[in-house]
Amino acid sequence: MTHRPYTPWLFLAPGLAICLLFVIFPFLNMIVLAFTDASALGGGQFTGVENFARMVQDPKFWAAARNSLLYMAGVVPPLVLLPLLIAMLAQKIVPGIGIFRTAFFTPVIASTVVVGLIWTWLLDSRGLVNNLVEALGGSRIGFLTDSTLLLISSMVVTVWRGLGYYMVIYLAALANVPKDLHEAAMVDGAGPVRRFWSVTVPSLRPTMVLVAALSAVNGFRVFSEIYLLSGGTGGPGGASTTLVMLIQSVGRGLTGEVGYASALSVVLFVILLGLLLVTLKLNRREDQL
Amino acid sequence: MKRAHAYLALRYLGLLAILAISIGPFLWQFVTSIKGPNEDVFVPDFIPDDPTFGNYAAVADVVPVWSFALNSLGVASVNVITNCLGAAMAGYALARLKFRGRRFAAVIFASSILVPFEAIMISLFLVMRGFGLTNTLTAVVLPGAIAALNVLLLRNAFLALPAEVEEAAIIDGANAWQRFTRLALPSVKGTLVVVALFSFMFSWDDFLWPLIVLSDQEKYTLTIGLAYLQGTFVQNQRLVAAGTIIAVVPLILLFLLLQKHFFRGVGEGAIKG
Repeated sequence: MTHRPYTPWLFLAPGLAICLLFVIFPFLNMIVLAFTDASALGGGQFTGVENFARMVQDPKFWAAARNSLLYMAGVVPPLVLLPLLIAMLAQKIVPGIGIFRTAFFTPVIASTVVVGLIWTWLLDSRGLVNNLVEALGGSRIGFLTDSTLLLISSMVVTVWRGLGYYMVIYLAALANVPKDLHEAAMVDGAGPVRRFWSVTVPSLRPTMVLVAALSAVNGFRVFSEIYLLSGGTGGPGGASTTLVMLIQSVGRGLTGEVGYASALSVVLFVILLGLLLVTLKLNRREDQL
Repeated sequence: MKRAHAYLALRYLGLLAILAISIGPFLWQFVTSIKGPNEDVFVPDFIPDDPTFGNYAAVADVVPVWSFALNSLGVASVNVITNCLGAAMAGYALARLKFRGRRFAAVIFASSILVPFEAIMISLFLVMRGFGLTNTLTAVVLPGAIAALNVLLLRNAFLALPAEVEEAAIIDGANAWQRFTRLALPSVKGTLVVVALFSFMFSWDDFLWPLIVLSDQEKYTLTIGLAYLQGTFVQNQRLVAAGTIIAVVPLILLFLLLQKHFFRGVGEGAIKG
């Protein structure tokens, strides 16, 4: 015997306690609450699928789900492609490359809130970007006051902050692309663009799938960017609210409708789990090729 | 040779363009934060007429920004310690100890990873209220104190260690705790640095959960403190800018200290020449 029978459980106790109390239990409780009319003050009667019936009729739910999906669709393509191009620029060891890489990573280090506030200021109706627009002969744009533009502005912030993060993932992957492949292609007379599509992209495909999956899941969960750029309102009339913002605003506070918020949470969970399963399936297909 | 020079110049041009895009917004925020009260902050002028650090003192007068920062620092530090220690303990048991129920424990951690925080936040708030912990920094720390992902990361790191050394220690009569602290833990330093860095960044960055669980201004962490600052003092952008710079500087310094560890390996094997 190398240890007493209870020793492993002493090692596991803190970690298991945290996960069971603050992840697994709340998760199971959420599913139960989704079928009740529980309020912030507690209680709640079993109401069957009433919350879900209400959701189907709730234009706010459909708008929020649409915004979250749009957000995901909007951020994934630039986040798959742009960081790869930056990684290719930053890959080669040239003098000063450490400074460049660190600088590109700075937006990731700064918290989402700092980034959100910086861009709120940049995109202000009289801010730096609008000054630039005016200097170029355009008229001021309501980046933060139009609900569609607010969504697009938030996407830009997400993409801007993601550039450095996904660049690091691509840098690690690029280091593993066999050098001889590039050399062979060069001997065959392939130019840089041709080599990018025929050598780099195919050998990075698993990484690109990973980046797409990560940015899709994070895109669908968006909260902070839109919350901050809209000053907590979700845009004019709340028209830019996302699913996570809706859950937060429905469930929070003394008037919180915990039951309905839980039903919305169940939907969020199912969609995110679906995204995850699709990714796993794509990954498996990659392995078989 | 000429062509190589041209390519290099192009590469630097590209790098500089991305540099401007990454750093420019921070620079503008900094410039705004040192503009005096008589200067128009809306004018796109990157060089202030009369630079002053007065806004940094002023922002501390209107909101307790330093106590927000202290709260954030406390939460993040505790998070680093609990994650490194707690996740290493659990990971060690999963990787190195044989016992009944190991599969059950592994399933608990693996399924915890699959649960997105946003889906359980309302329910988690009720749990905290049940414990009487709402509006405390303890409630901010607890849910992420030992992240399941870190448990699995460290489990994998322990699995990769050779078994022989530990078998020798068992023969020498070392108990499980001694083997864990003296043999296993020092061998996974690299993974621990990653866990520590990410725990700190995650905690320092966290916005949604403190926003839900904290209600008194004196308990605010820096992230919600800044959002509050923006909501309240939107008329004076100099103060908001000073607040954001206070929030971002410690992290940049921390990262500059650790960046060698971070980028190590990333550049190795890159195409040279």
